[in-house]
Amino acid sequence: MVSVTSILEAAYDSKIESNVIVTRVDAAMNWVRKNSLWPMPMGLACCAIELMATASARFDISRFGMEVMRFSPRQADVLIVSGTVTYKMALAVKRIWDQMPEPKWCVAMGACASSGGMYRSYAVLQGIDRLIPVDVYISGCPPRPEALIAGLMRLQEKVDTEHALLDQKRSLLSKPAATAGV
Amino acid sequence: MAAADDVNRLRESAGTEGWESGEFRGEHTLRVPVEALHQVLAQCRNQLGYAMLLDISGVDHLGEDPRFEVVYELATVDDSKHLRVKAKVADNQAVPTAVDLWQAADWHEREVWDLMGIGFAGHPNLQRILMWEGYPYFPLRKDFPLAGRPTDLPDVAFTGVAPMEGGPFVSTAGAPNTVLREPRSHAGD
Repeated sequence: MVSVTSILEAAYDSKIESNVIVTRVDAAMNWVRKNSLWPMPMGLACCAIELMATASARFDISRFGMEVMRFSPRQADVLIVSGTVTYKMALAVKRIWDQMPEPKWCVAMGACASSGGMYRSYAVLQGIDRLIPVDVYISGCPPRPEALIAGLMRLQEKVDTEHALLDQKRSLLSKPAATAGV
Repeated sequence: MAAADDVNRLRESAGTEGWESGEFRGEHTLRVPVEALHQVLAQCRNQLGYAMLLDISGVDHLGEDPRFEVVYELATVDDSKHLRVKAKVADNQAVPTAVDLWQAADWHEREVWDLMGIGFAGHPNLQRILMWEGYPYFPLRKDFPLAGRPTDLPDVAFTGVAPMEGGPFVSTAGAPNTVLREPRSHAGD
């Protein structure tokens, strides 16, 4: 455990002063996570074309640290469901989501992934949120790359407000209290 | 030789009672009983040079008897001559397969079976092609609701009923302005 006085001493040490940043662990983790979101492209229809345009040179999501499109769910953080999810495909999407390691987020890109879109039909799942939890919905049919970038930046804002470690600590602290009550 | 001559040549053969033929804007159609269908298609393929099967489609005439109809679109490769052959099919009646004449018939017949529920006798692999094995309905039949019906096949797929929200929303083709062409619900009309 680092005491407050030792931090203050370190901060006033002219040799290491400029190399030390004082912050919360949660804030540091969020900063790392949000600037290196690795998307798993789930291209199912025309939205995938806009997703590709977003990744390529003109719009260039590498400016936000999101250029590493991983086609393996085990190396991805964000599932971008871009396109119409048919019932035949739905459980495959669910399975890919289940294979992604925590922490993970999901973006429903476009009208079809969000709500079934114009496909009010026997063959189409009426929104991917019926199967997996969605963090950001992006409107459009298909959304322009700017809209996808805006959605992913909203996701960055959301990641920035998470306090994973704090929640973990709270749950650890509340456990003995709960057992004591029994 | 034009497609009209081919229709006449086909009609010259014996036992052509119940055959109908027609011409609409240069498209020639021959309607034959389903019993004669395979023989007619074989003649088109082997003697009249229709080497290409463009499409097989199924039509549901709900309320009529026989209820279904299969439509074969044939073409010659050299001079792109087109001929349409139709046959009426009753519910639960099998159509003789055309896979022995055209390989292209394989997937077309599977699609007709999958969505319309018309069986093809002698097909080498008559499975569903778009929906999954185990799906219990034929969704393009007229008595199947647009919103779908719930099904559940654990670990394979499930379906639900789509919310219609007052729809279906249908656009009016050929309407004079964009306001009238806009897709609208006609449920109250």
